[in-house]
Amino acid sequence: MEWQALEISLRLALFTSLLLLPVGIFLGRALAWKKLPASNWIQSLVFLPLVLPPTVLGYYFLVAVSGEAPFGQLWYSLFGSQLAFTFEGLLLACILANLPFAVQPLMHAFGNIDPEIRDAARVCGLNPWQALIRIELPLVWPGLLGAFLLTFTHTLGEFGVVLMVGGNLEGETRTLAIAIYDQVQAFNMQAAGQMALLLLALAFFSLLLLQWLGQLKVRRQRAGEP
Amino acid sequence: MSEHLDLRFQLKAQGDIPLDVELHCQPGELLALLGPSGSGKTTLLRSLAGLYTQVKGEIYSGDSCWQSTDSGIQLAPEKRQLGMVFQSYALFPHLTALDNLLIPLQGLPKKQATQLARQWLERVHLKGLERRKPSELSGGQRQRVALARALIARPRALLLDEPFSAVDQATRQKLRRELALLRQEIAVPTLLVTHDLEEALQLADRICVLHRGQLLQVAQPECLMQRPASPTVARLLGMQNLFTGQILGNSQEEGLRLDWQGQQLTLPFKEGFTTGQEVTWMAPPHSLIMHRPDRPVTGDRENPIKGKIEELITLGPHASLAIRPQHAPQWPLRFYVPQHFVQRQQLAQGMQVSLSLMGKGLHLFQ
Repeated sequence: MEWQALEISLRLALFTSLLLLPVGIFLGRALAWKKLPASNWIQSLVFLPLVLPPTVLGYYFLVAVSGEAPFGQLWYSLFGSQLAFTFEGLLLACILANLPFAVQPLMHAFGNIDPEIRDAARVCGLNPWQALIRIELPLVWPGLLGAFLLTFTHTLGEFGVVLMVGGNLEGETRTLAIAIYDQVQAFNMQAAGQMALLLLALAFFSLLLLQWLGQLKVRRQRAGEP
Repeated sequence: MSEHLDLRFQLKAQGDIPLDVELHCQPGELLALLGPSGSGKTTLLRSLAGLYTQVKGEIYSGDSCWQSTDSGIQLAPEKRQLGMVFQSYALFPHLTALDNLLIPLQGLPKKQATQLARQWLERVHLKGLERRKPSELSGGQRQRVALARALIARPRALLLDEPFSAVDQATRQKLRRELALLRQEIAVPTLLVTHDLEEALQLADRICVLHRGQLLQVAQPECLMQRPASPTVARLLGMQNLFTGQILGNSQEEGLRLDWQGQQLTLPFKEGFTTGQEVTWMAPPHSLIMHRPDRPVTGDRENPIKGKIEELITLGPHASLAIRPQHAPQWPLRFYVPQHFVQRQQLAQGMQVSLSLMGKGLHLFQ
């Protein structure tokens, strides 16, 4: 077992899912409720990583963060370092790649809130922030947990983007998924098997948890709650 | 504070949901906005609450301005201090009945707010159900929580959006009675959106008939029912027996004479009608008296019309009758009579009868 790779995988998955939560809340809520003029464009962009090969996403990310591109230059002038082949770069790429997994469950959850309940919150004297914290977030918590679990699990299993953007630097960007690939290449099947089993178990239990959440939601709906 | 606040507004909108309304609601007055679906009544209510902002015009509560397009004022819903009851109750599903009532009381210290919320739950007969979530309450109980939540923070206006449409008939009657009682204690200007004429008649001080965003008539319930302003209002209110005719003469001495398909009807003199004028007129149910020709009654034989019972349908304790007049068979007169009257008079389909149209009760549209 490569403990360092496991630690990087877990750290990457945790940061990705945590940082994606506010993004998912903001985008999911806006897409579910607001009649945005560019709604179709935004949705297509958000869901693009679902259908794009990770190599394409990784390629454009590398182009964007290179020293010649505006974003890469901006990053360099702010932090004095390059993004490519670093943990930060990997994190940013994973956030982009996992956008649909965070946005979709939250969009669905916000869409399930009765518009009259949103109106009632405002009429009861809550400003938009208070309404978000006291009424909306408690109502979308299964969506929040779902978004967290999906992005966490998916980031753990991320391979293509990690390889393109992070390379395979030990202690920096070498994740468990990459390590498995490396070990198989080196015919070290036993080490690969241990790590593969761990990822399998983690993914399976996350999905199981998601199923339970789904059932909980159905029960709540039967009881007349959204 | 809220005791002497009125609500005045003048709102206009174009496009999908047109609106052109000017109204003044006194403190303690209940205005019913009555109209078919799509008439703009819910849009009007949402505009007043600040939830719909595609409307131009002005809204004043007492001397504070909620909206003024000219001055660029558009107060957010949470700053308007109003109470609103929604069609689907819109209780916060994750909060208990008590916590739902605490939401509008954010400015108060927790202890005082809780005490007030408990008092209100008791006031709407929900003592003991403080810890229940909305899903554990019946429709009527949810509606009571919604009403208490709307009133607890002493709102400057109360807006009710078809508040009783989702409960059964018995509960509806009970809730209407409770609302009428609460109104006696709280002098807040109230707007009730409804498509139910009976509800408007029972609860409203004045009824505003809304059609395609326009106010067709604003009147007290009795006045509205006796003197609808136009044939459109009459039809919207489900009134029957609307006909056209020509004025033959109108004077203090002889009264107003009206030609209805060759039959002359006499009414008391009415200001504003001239000889030769084509008018639409209406025979409300209270203007019709029916006789059986074989059982003549002494008494009024005003404007007699002979006809045949074309239709006789039992509807619970009443019967719906359609009488086809001999002189104008294409214009049947429709009205209801009590079932016991049908039995006593042994009325049957096809029977010849005569009707008196009481001149005083007939209504002419200007």
